[in-house]
Amino acid sequence: MKICVCIKQVPATTEVKFDPETNTLVREGVDSQINPFDVYALEEAVRVKERLQKEGEEATVTVLTMGPPQAEQALREAISLGADDAVLLSDRAFRGADTWATSYALAQALRKLQPDLVFCGMQAIDGDTGQVGPGIAVHLDYAQATYVAKIEALDKRKITVRRLVEQGYEVCAVRLPVVMTVVKEINEPRTPSLRGKMNAKKARIPVWKAADIEAPEEKLGLQGSPTQVVKVFSPPHREGGEKWTGEPEELADKLASLLKELEVV
Amino acid sequence: MDYFFTEEQQMMREVAREIAEKRIRPVAAEYDESGEFPWPIVEAIAEADLFRVFIPEEYEGMDLGTPVTNMCIVTEELSKACGGIALAFAATGLGTMPLLVAASDEQKKRWLPRIAAGTLAAFALTEANAGSDAGSVQTRAVLDGDHWVINGTKQWITNGGEAEIYTVFCVTDPSKGARGVSTIVVEKGTPGFSFGKKEDKLGIRASATRELVFQDCRVPKENLLGRPGTGFINAMKTFDLSRPGVAAQAVGIAQGALDLAVKYSRERHQFGQPISGFQGLRWMLADMATKVEAARALVYAVARWIDSGQAKRTTTYSAMSKCFAADVAMEVTTNAVQIFGGYGYMKEYPIEKYMRDAKITQIYEGTNQIQRDEIGRGLIAAAAAGE
Repeated sequence: MKICVCIKQVPATTEVKFDPETNTLVREGVDSQINPFDVYALEEAVRVKERLQKEGEEATVTVLTMGPPQAEQALREAISLGADDAVLLSDRAFRGADTWATSYALAQALRKLQPDLVFCGMQAIDGDTGQVGPGIAVHLDYAQATYVAKIEALDKRKITVRRLVEQGYEVCAVRLPVVMTVVKEINEPRTPSLRGKMNAKKARIPVWKAADIEAPEEKLGLQGSPTQVVKVFSPPHREGGEKWTGEPEELADKLASLLKELEVV
Repeated sequence: MDYFFTEEQQMMREVAREIAEKRIRPVAAEYDESGEFPWPIVEAIAEADLFRVFIPEEYEGMDLGTPVTNMCIVTEELSKACGGIALAFAATGLGTMPLLVAASDEQKKRWLPRIAAGTLAAFALTEANAGSDAGSVQTRAVLDGDHWVINGTKQWITNGGEAEIYTVFCVTDPSKGARGVSTIVVEKGTPGFSFGKKEDKLGIRASATRELVFQDCRVPKENLLGRPGTGFINAMKTFDLSRPGVAAQAVGIAQGALDLAVKYSRERHQFGQPISGFQGLRWMLADMATKVEAARALVYAVARWIDSGQAKRTTTYSAMSKCFAADVAMEVTTNAVQIFGGYGYMKEYPIEKYMRDAKITQIYEGTNQIQRDEIGRGLIAAAAAGE
C-alpha cells in the first residue's frame, strides 16, 4: 500500500507578523517547524505502515510538501519520524498560491505518486483554513474523510474511520483512494528515532518543478489563485461591554428595546 | 561546552533529549510518587533505537565503535529529566556488558539483537552478604547433565522483575573463592526463577529494585558466559565499562538540578530583586556549574579513552569518573535545594527529587569508598610497576 502525507512548514511561533505591503507572512528570522497537525497525520501514516508490514504487506510512506528550498528541512524531519522518502515541490511558479492553487499542485504531484491513502493535518496553524486537504481530494476526484479521529478498519478497497463532527462522532466507510485530514486526538506522535535521523541525513530528496507535475503555469501560484487578500490585520482586542445597574423591570425594558433596535428580535 | 561528539553521537543526544523533555519530564514526579515502572517511556526509548547504542552493529546494534561514550551521552540526557527512569536504560546497559565482555558469538547472536530492540536486561551480582565484597557471593550453580541448577537469592537487582535477560553471578566451584564464580544468563520465565518484593527506596523510585530468587532453577549449560570461574573477572571488566555510565547519570542529575536552580534564582524575588542578583548566590551557582562541567569533562575523557581500545589501568580511571561525578551530583543537588529554600524542601517542587536521586550514585556499582580504594590501589600498582 502506498501512503502519502502532505505537510507544511510553518513558523515555530504563535506571534506571526505580516508584511503590510504584500499581505503575506513574514518568515525571515523565524524558526520553522512541521505544522503540528501534520505531525499527527504523519504519525498515523507511519502507524498504518507499521501495522501493514507486521501483517506481511508492503507499505511505504512518502511525504510531500510545497514550499521554498528550505522546506527540505521539514521533509528530513518527517523522515526522522518514520517516513521512507519525500518529495519537495519547489518552483517560482508555485509562489503566492492560495489554497486552491496549492491543492492543485499537490494533487498533480500525487497523480504521479499514485497513493492509496493520503493523510493531511486538519489545518495549518498559520493559515487556519483547513481547505487544502479537501481541495486535493476534489482535484483528484478521490473520496475524502475530514477530521478523522480514529481509523477503525482498513482493507485493500476501503477504510472505515471515525470522524469528529460538531455533534459528536460519525463513523463512515470510504473507498480507496482517499484523502483524510486528521485531528490531534488520533494519536500521540513519537519522537525521532536514531535510525530515522540517520536516514533523514542520507536521504536524497527530489525537487519537482511545475513541469515535472505537468501543471500549466496559469493554474499555479498567484496566477492560479482566485483568492485575493484585500487586507490582513490583527483583530482588535475585545473591550469590556456595557454594564447596567437598576431595578429588574427597568433593566428588562431597556434590554428589550435594545434588542429591537438591533433588529435581533 | 562542545565535547566534539561525532555527528552520530550528536544525533543520539538529540534523540535522547527529545524523549527526556517531551516524554519523561512531564511524568517524572508521577512515577517518583507511585514507584510504578515506566513502561510507556521504556517503549519510546526502544522505538527511538537508543538501546542499540551500546551494541555492535553485527548484532543489530548501532554502537559505531564507541559504546561507552554513546551510553554516557544517552544516560546523561535522560537523567537530566529523571535519574530513576533513565536507569531502566542504563541498567540494561549494565546487564548487557557481561555479554559484551565474555559471550561467544553464538551467545551474542542469541541475546544482543533482542536487547537492541528494547528487551530489558539486568545485572545480578549483589547478595545480602556480598555487597562491596562481591567475591563472596553464595548463589550456587551445580552442573547436572546439560543444565546448571541454580539456588540462591540476589538482592537489590535493578530492573528486577521487569527485565527478560539476567546476567547472574553464581558460585560454580566453592573451593576456589572468587575464582570459583561464573556468569550465567537466566531468562525470565525459567522454572525455579522468581522475584521477591519490590524495594521502597529513597530515590530513583521509578526504577524497579527486586530480589531474584532461584530454587532449583535449571538453565541450559550453554548459558554460561566464557569459561567457568571467570565470573569475578567478568564483573570487574563490566564495571570498568559501566562506571562511566553511572558517572554520566550523576552528571545528568546534577545538570538537571543546576538548570532548575538557575531558572528559579531569576524568578524568585526577595528584598526587591531576583535572588540571582545576590553575589553570594551567584557564587554558589558558579561553583556548582564549574564542578558539573569538570565532572562531565572527566566522564567523556574516560569514556573515549575506553572506547579507543588503548586504555590502560581502566579500573582506576573508570572509578575516578564515577566517584568524582557522584560526589559532585550529591553536592550540587543539595545546594540546588538550598537555592530553592523552603520551597525546595517541599515535594510540590521538582528539586528535592534530584537530591534523593543523586544519593544512589555514591552507593551503587561500588560505593565511592570502594572507588577510592580502587584508585589508590591502581596508583600504588602503577608505581610498583615503574609506570
